[in-house]
Amino acid sequence: MRARTMRLGEATLIAVVPIVLALVVMGVLLAVLGRDPFTFYADMFQRGLFEWEGFQESIIRSAPLLLIAAGLIVAFRASLWNLGGDGQFLLGAALTAGFAPSLLDSLGVWPMLVITMAIAIAIGGAWTLIPAILRGRYGVNEIITTLMMSFIGIGVANVLVKGPFRTDIGGVARTDLVPFDERLPLLFGTRIHLGFVIGVAAILAVHLLMTRTSLGLRLRVLGASPRAALHAGLSPVRLTVIAFALSGALIGLSGSIEILGVQGSFRADFNPAYGLLVIPLVFLARLNAIGSLVLVIVFSVIQIGGESAARQAEITSDVLLVLVGLMLLFMAVIEYVRVRRGIGTAYVPPEVADRVRPPGGQGGDGGASGVPAGEPRPAVGAGEVGSG
Amino acid sequence: MTAAASPQKAPLLELRGITKAFPGVLANDRIDLDLLAGEVHALLGENGAGKSTLISILSGMYRPDAGTIRFEGRDVVIDSPRAAIELGIGTVYQHLTLVPTLSVLENLMLGSQSGTGRLDLAGARERFADLARLLGVDFKPGTRAGALALGQQQQVEIMKALWRQGSRVLILDEPTSMLTQQGYEELRRELEHLTAEGLAVVLITHKLHEAIELGDRVSVLRAGRKVGSLAPADLRGRSESELSARIVEMMFGEQASELADAVEVEAAPAAREQPRRRELGPVALAVRGLGLDADDEAVALADVGIEVRAGEIVGIAGVDGNGQREVAELIAGQRRPRAGEIRLFDEDVTRIGVRERERRGLRYVTDDRLEEGTVGDLDVAMNAVLKRIGRAPFWRGGAERRAEIDRFAEDLVARFDVRTPSVRTRVATLSGGNVQKLLLAREFAGKPRVVVFNKPTHGLDVRTAQFVRHQIREAAEGGLAALVISTEVEELVDLCDRIVVMSRGRVTGEVESSAGAEERIGALMVARAESGA
Repeated sequence: MRARTMRLGEATLIAVVPIVLALVVMGVLLAVLGRDPFTFYADMFQRGLFEWEGFQESIIRSAPLLLIAAGLIVAFRASLWNLGGDGQFLLGAALTAGFAPSLLDSLGVWPMLVITMAIAIAIGGAWTLIPAILRGRYGVNEIITTLMMSFIGIGVANVLVKGPFRTDIGGVARTDLVPFDERLPLLFGTRIHLGFVIGVAAILAVHLLMTRTSLGLRLRVLGASPRAALHAGLSPVRLTVIAFALSGALIGLSGSIEILGVQGSFRADFNPAYGLLVIPLVFLARLNAIGSLVLVIVFSVIQIGGESAARQAEITSDVLLVLVGLMLLFMAVIEYVRVRRGIGTAYVPPEVADRVRPPGGQGGDGGASGVPAGEPRPAVGAGEVGSG
Repeated sequence: MTAAASPQKAPLLELRGITKAFPGVLANDRIDLDLLAGEVHALLGENGAGKSTLISILSGMYRPDAGTIRFEGRDVVIDSPRAAIELGIGTVYQHLTLVPTLSVLENLMLGSQSGTGRLDLAGARERFADLARLLGVDFKPGTRAGALALGQQQQVEIMKALWRQGSRVLILDEPTSMLTQQGYEELRRELEHLTAEGLAVVLITHKLHEAIELGDRVSVLRAGRKVGSLAPADLRGRSESELSARIVEMMFGEQASELADAVEVEAAPAAREQPRRRELGPVALAVRGLGLDADDEAVALADVGIEVRAGEIVGIAGVDGNGQREVAELIAGQRRPRAGEIRLFDEDVTRIGVRERERRGLRYVTDDRLEEGTVGDLDVAMNAVLKRIGRAPFWRGGAERRAEIDRFAEDLVARFDVRTPSVRTRVATLSGGNVQKLLLAREFAGKPRVVVFNKPTHGLDVRTAQFVRHQIREAAEGGLAALVISTEVEELVDLCDRIVVMSRGRVTGEVESSAGAEERIGALMVARAESGA
C-alpha cells in the first residue's frame, strides 16, 4: 500500500503478538481446567495444519471468511462500519439454498451456481442500502442501522426457510439438499471447493481496488475525511452507497458459497456468526487485504484444529470463543498503550484513525482537555495540529 | 546570552536539555528554558520550530526523550496532564475546548471534579469571582459558553487553566490568533494582572511584534533548537525595530538580510507598496442575496452580496466565525444556499456541483488544510491530484498511473518550493507552511480564473506568508479574480483592492483599501457585533 507507515516486520509483530499472548493465557486457562495445554495445542495444529484432511478442512473454512474479510475491508477503509455481516451472509445463504434446487432442475448445475451467486450478491448489497442512504444523506450512525438490519436479515432468512423454501422432508425445517455432485466443483481431486478460489480472488481484487484504482482512492479519501472528499468534488453520498453495496455484495456471496460448497442446504437457525468473527481479523491485519488473507487462514487452522482438540480434551468448543475474546483483549491493550505512548495506532490504520477517535476527545481527567499540538503531526488521531 | 537577569530571583521552572524526537524529526534539541514568577516568557519561532512540542512536554502530553525539568528547585517528572495540573501548570490551547451548550461555570467545573464527589457550587462561584476580578471579565458564570464572543471564550479558557487554587504557570498557545485588536489589548492587560499576581506565563507566538510587546523575556526557537534569547535587561530601552532586527537574525541566521522586506510587513504594517494599477476585467464572480440557515456546523447568512472582477483582489474581513467560511463553501459548491444566487462569468452556477464549478475555472483554497484540504495519510503526490481523482492522464480506465501523478507532483513541488523529502512523503509529516504551499500549487495548476482563499497566510511564518501574498498578487496581475478571507485586517488592506466586512452572517460594509482603512474596517466589525446582540 502506498501510505504504508509501518514496516512489514513491525506490522507482522503487531499481528502475531496478540495471537501468541491469547494462546498463552488460554493455555493457562486450560491448565486450570485440568487439561494439558501442550497436548491441546499439539492436537490443534496437528489436526488443523499438519494433517492433510484437517488442513483441507481449514482451507474450506477459510473460503467464506475470506469473502467476508474482503467485504469488511471495502467498508472499513471508507470508515463505514458495516456490522451487519451476519444478516447479509444469512440472506445470501438462505436465498441460495432456497432457489438452488429448482434452478438445478430447470437449468442445470452451472447456470444454477451462477444465478444463485448473483442473487446472493444482489441481496447482500441491497440489504445495506437503507443504512447507506441513512448514513450518507442524514448522517445516521451506520453501526446501529447495520446491526438492526442484521437482526431483520437473520429473521427474514429464517422465515423464508421455515416458510416458502421449506422442504417436505420432516424434522428440522430446512431447504432441499443440493446433491453433493452438483455443488461448487472441487479442486484437483481435493475436497477444497471452488469457493476458496473465489475468496482469494475477491481478496486480491479488493487489494487492487483499494490501492490501484481511482474508486479505491475515493473511498479512502472518504474514509479519511468526508470534508476532504466534499472539498475534492467527490460525492460522499454516492461513495457511501457504493462502499456499502460492495461490502454487502461480497458478504452475501460468502453466504452463497458456504451453501454451495459446504452445507448443501439451509437448516433453520443456521448461523455461524462469521460476520462478527472476521472483524478482529481484519483489524489485526490493519485493514490490509493481503494481511487478512494470511490471518484468515491462520484463524481457520485454529478453528478447525481447535474444534477437534476440544473434542479430544472433552471440553466445549466454546473455548475457541474465549481465545478470540483474549485476542481482542490483547489487541485493545496494545492499541491503547501505543496510542498513549504516541507511537501510533496498532490496528486502526492512520487513514481512518482520526475518524475512529475524533480529535479533541476529553482525556481521562477532563482537566487538560484538548489535544497536544505536536509540531510534527503524530500519525495518531491524537494530534490535530493547530496550523500555527 | 544573559543568564538569569535578576540574580535574586530563582526560576520557578527550569528546563534543561529537553530533547524530543519524532520519527524523522528532532522536534526539540537540548532546549534550556527558565520561567520566572511574574514574567511573561515569549516563545517565538516559525512553524515546525518546536514550540508546540515543548509546551506539550510542559503540560504532560508528551514525555521528553532526554532532559530534566526542575520546579522550584526540585526535579519533577511531568508524565501526564494530571501531573502538570497538580504542579499548578495550566495550559490554554490554540483551539477552544469549551462545551458550547454548558454554562461558563459548568465548563470550569468540568476540569476540576474528582471522582463522584458532589458539585461544590458555592466554592466554584467564589473561585469564579476571584478569577473574574483578576482577569476583568464582564460576563456571568451562568452564561452559556457558546453565546460568548471568541475573546470571552478565551478568557474562560484562561480561567479554566488557572482554576485550581495555587496555579503557578500559565501556558498560552498562540493566544492572539483569533483576537481582534481590541481583544489583543485586553489580553495584554490581563497578562499584566496575572504577572503582578506572581504567575509565570509562557506565551507561544510566531509574530515578532507580539513577542516584543507582550514578553518580558523572549526566546527564539529554530528547527528544534533554542537559538537565542533576550532577557528583560536586553528588551528594556531598545526600539522595536532594533529588537526586531536582532530577533530576525536569530530566527533566520545568515538569510536575515534577504528577509528584511518580509519582516517589514510583519513588524511595521504601515509601510507598504501603495498604489496598484491593474486593469480590471469583467465581473468574474457575483454573489447575490445569499442566505443560509444555521445548523450544527454553520452560522446563518442573510443577504450576502459580493462581486469580484477579473484582475481584482477583494478581501472579506471579519472576526472569525461570522460567516466567512460559509460564504466560501457556498461559492465552492460544498454547500447549498437557502436563498440567493452565485454567478461565474455571468452564468448561474448556484445549482451545480463542486467539480463542474471547478471545470469553469473556480478554485477554493480552504483554511482547514489538514482535515479538508489534504488527506494527511496520503503522500504529497496523491494530495496534489486529490481534486482530479479518476481523470486523465493520472488515471486511465480507473487504473492509477503512478508515474504521471509523480511527475505532475514533482513539478508543483519544484515550482512552489514545497519542502518535502520526496513526493512520496506523507503530507501529515510536512509543516503547516509546506502544506499550504502544496495547496496553492494544486489550486493554481491548470489556470484558475476565480480563486477563493480562506485565511491563506494563517499560521504561516513570515517568509511563507510573504510568498503566498506574492503568489496571489502575481496571479491577479495575470487576470485572476481573487477573493481573500482573512482575520488580519492589516494584511487585507495591504493585499486587496477592496474589502468587504462581514459580521454575524451579513455584509456590514465595504471599504476601499487606502490609508486609514483599518480603523473603518475595525469599526464595521465591532459596531455590528454590539448592536446585533
